[in-house]
Amino acid sequence: MHKLLQEQKGAKIMLLGNESIARGAIEAGVAFATTYPGTPSSEISLNLFQISQESDLYFEYSTNEKVSLEVAAAAANSGLRTLCMMKHVGLNVAADPLMTLAYVGVKGGLVIISADDPFMFSSQNEQDNRYYAKLSGLPMLEPSCVAEAKEMMIQAFDLSEKLQEPVIFRTTTRINHSSAFVDLGNIKPRIVKGRFERDPFNYVTVPAVSRNLHVKLLKNIKKAALESEASALNFINGDGPFGVICNGVSLSYVSDAIKDLKVADKLKVLRIGFSNPLPENLIKKFLADCRKVLIVEEGEPFLEEAVKAMAQEAGLTLEIKGKSDKLFSRLYEFDPAMVRTSIANYFDLPDKPGIAVSTDDLPEIPARPPNLCAGCSHRATFYEVKTAANEMSLDTIYPTDIGCYTLGFLPPLSMGDFVICMGSSVSSACGFAKATDQKVVAFIGDSTFFHSGITGLINAVFNNHNITLVILDNSITAMTGHQPNPGVDMNNFNLSGYGQVKIQEIVKAAGVKHITMIKPFKVKKSISEIKKALEYKGVSVIISQEICSLYAKSIKQLSDRSFYITDKCKNHRDCINEIACPAFFLDADQVKIDAVACVGCAVCAQICPENAILPLPKKQS
Amino acid sequence: MKITRLIIVAVGGQGNLLASKMLGEAALSAGIPVHMSEIHGMAQRGGVVESSLVFGDAESTIISNGEADILLGFEPSETLRALNRCNKNSTVITSLAPIPPFTVAIGKGVYPDLEQLQKLIRSRTCELIAFNALDLAKQAGNIMSTNMVLLGALIQTNILPISADQIKTAIKTKTKKIFLDVNLKAFDLGFEAALKFSGE
Repeated sequence: MHKLLQEQKGAKIMLLGNESIARGAIEAGVAFATTYPGTPSSEISLNLFQISQESDLYFEYSTNEKVSLEVAAAAANSGLRTLCMMKHVGLNVAADPLMTLAYVGVKGGLVIISADDPFMFSSQNEQDNRYYAKLSGLPMLEPSCVAEAKEMMIQAFDLSEKLQEPVIFRTTTRINHSSAFVDLGNIKPRIVKGRFERDPFNYVTVPAVSRNLHVKLLKNIKKAALESEASALNFINGDGPFGVICNGVSLSYVSDAIKDLKVADKLKVLRIGFSNPLPENLIKKFLADCRKVLIVEEGEPFLEEAVKAMAQEAGLTLEIKGKSDKLFSRLYEFDPAMVRTSIANYFDLPDKPGIAVSTDDLPEIPARPPNLCAGCSHRATFYEVKTAANEMSLDTIYPTDIGCYTLGFLPPLSMGDFVICMGSSVSSACGFAKATDQKVVAFIGDSTFFHSGITGLINAVFNNHNITLVILDNSITAMTGHQPNPGVDMNNFNLSGYGQVKIQEIVKAAGVKHITMIKPFKVKKSISEIKKALEYKGVSVIISQEICSLYAKSIKQLSDRSFYITDKCKNHRDCINEIACPAFFLDADQVKIDAVACVGCAVCAQICPENAILPLPKKQS
Repeated sequence: MKITRLIIVAVGGQGNLLASKMLGEAALSAGIPVHMSEIHGMAQRGGVVESSLVFGDAESTIISNGEADILLGFEPSETLRALNRCNKNSTVITSLAPIPPFTVAIGKGVYPDLEQLQKLIRSRTCELIAFNALDLAKQAGNIMSTNMVLLGALIQTNILPISADQIKTAIKTKTKKIFLDVNLKAFDLGFEAALKFSGE
């Protein structure tokens, strides 16, 4: 049985934040769950995917976050408890349904998880999604630790049903990827079938309907404000003349700072866990009781601006600070010492001095950037496109997209010139092609193509842009941990009842006239095919098909046969300098291949000018 | 309860996260509060994996610069890179088996000299326990047991509020049967290796 399905109420187990959130949803009786995977949210959905295979929970990997939220909106309006999860930038994709779903509301509880990523451990930006709650008018809850995340999920579902509105549940990476002990509670029975009651004058958002629905939303925001005011999720800890207002993970840093500085008698803390609408009366009362207030929040001054406005309304003139050059930054994430020092400085309390060892004079430590894996098919494709373009003396632009292959922008491949968001490769290619005379070759992965590349491709065909799109089809959503996508053969997951969408057929149906299929591990043939596609004026598409080597290994489809470098090697080093596979290493100035890392793609063997790279005899490999 | 802060740094694939999980389980059975955090973005693509474990009465799951009581490094250059997490009272345990970053492998960077690296760490911290954990893992029967070797050394220092028996129980519950003997042997070898430093 899946560990998150165990019924032992009261048992204490160690859970990752994302597991705790998934368990919270299970305890809340979630019956329907949708997602598009994205770090730091991915393990929530991974666990629910596994659970759905041994229970009546419905789970789906949707093609993108917008689709995911629309599917979820229907389930929730059929009365089911529904969870929709995504990373913070995913909510941008889902923002369109979000805004009007707030007007329509829900019947069954709908919780939308936005997993924010301060410091951008694995994201293209660190936007603060608390503003989505404000923008949409939806309630938002934010846990401060792993154990609370589970309890808060249950409250989020209850709140959503009570208000008949979706609730946004916002986490940050340090909640998602921290682990702690969690007490298990009862699992509420799932209700897995609902019924949709027709009510077009509340569901069909033509202007006349929406004008009424907006009125309803504003009423709901007022109701939500009363809930927030009374909610135990907004609480005050401690007592003293000074005040701290904080949210999320910052609470743990603040609590530790109070202990470290031994100022429990001087500082009280207002933790905001129900962050939209804010508990105005509670905050005003708190302010009136403080001599001076510090706002501790990662990201934008969301609380700070609201709290200052409330102080003004209440006629309070105490000093309130948060983001400033001397206190907290809007950049990156906080840490315990940073919070402690700012509290000490702001309230003029004696601090513990900094004690880190000096590292200014350490020898330079070589960087360890992430790299495409040994035998990654993307490396082969990048090499081949680069070689083809060089041999044709093309002045190129390479817009790329979001996935493992983004790493192709690093030298020596240096294949990646522009990325802003999922799907932007092909659409930005259209713009570059018109705005310049350069040859534009865009890269996109299979999952990202399904996510948001198809519309860009259709745009390219319709507006007749002169671009080449290379679809890097490795048959899996690799970056986020090998989730399925519509192109994947679900037999690989031992699952039946799924459809499978062929990329080639979509490309053809989109009206692309020049379609090339390549097998990237056949270097010469691929280069010559790529050249033909690059010569074509108009939209050409190259589909480069080869399974992700990590995934192949995990499903035991890798026929790996290591290669080695024979003494014919004359140290040209084309292998290292051009393709830079991590299986290579230098040993006494000679290139060697790590037989454990090598998966036998044979790309290096095909580019070696001396033919010095050969497969190891079978029994040794 | 006294707070003990442990940072573990490793290269993707070295089994840092599993070792952290075992420490967490052992703490759970010992009734010691623990909060852990991990950063494993792109770990499978050769990047750095860092875990922080805070034992005792603290709520933070991460550790600021200068605040680690123990730095456990699975790879020497990564240990050195994380040295700013230490203070003069910190204990550093590191394997001396290098996994050169690819930048070094292709001649685009210089790997730090291991003697100098140890001298530096020793001069700035309270104690350095440094040995080749990979050799001991091989000796135990599987290079994948490097993490168990280092767990053994970590427990030997007695800085964590966790006993060898408690962690061994966690190893038993978290290890596939066929690897169990190797893992336990690796743990013992690491424990003995660290013991040799305690007399110094």
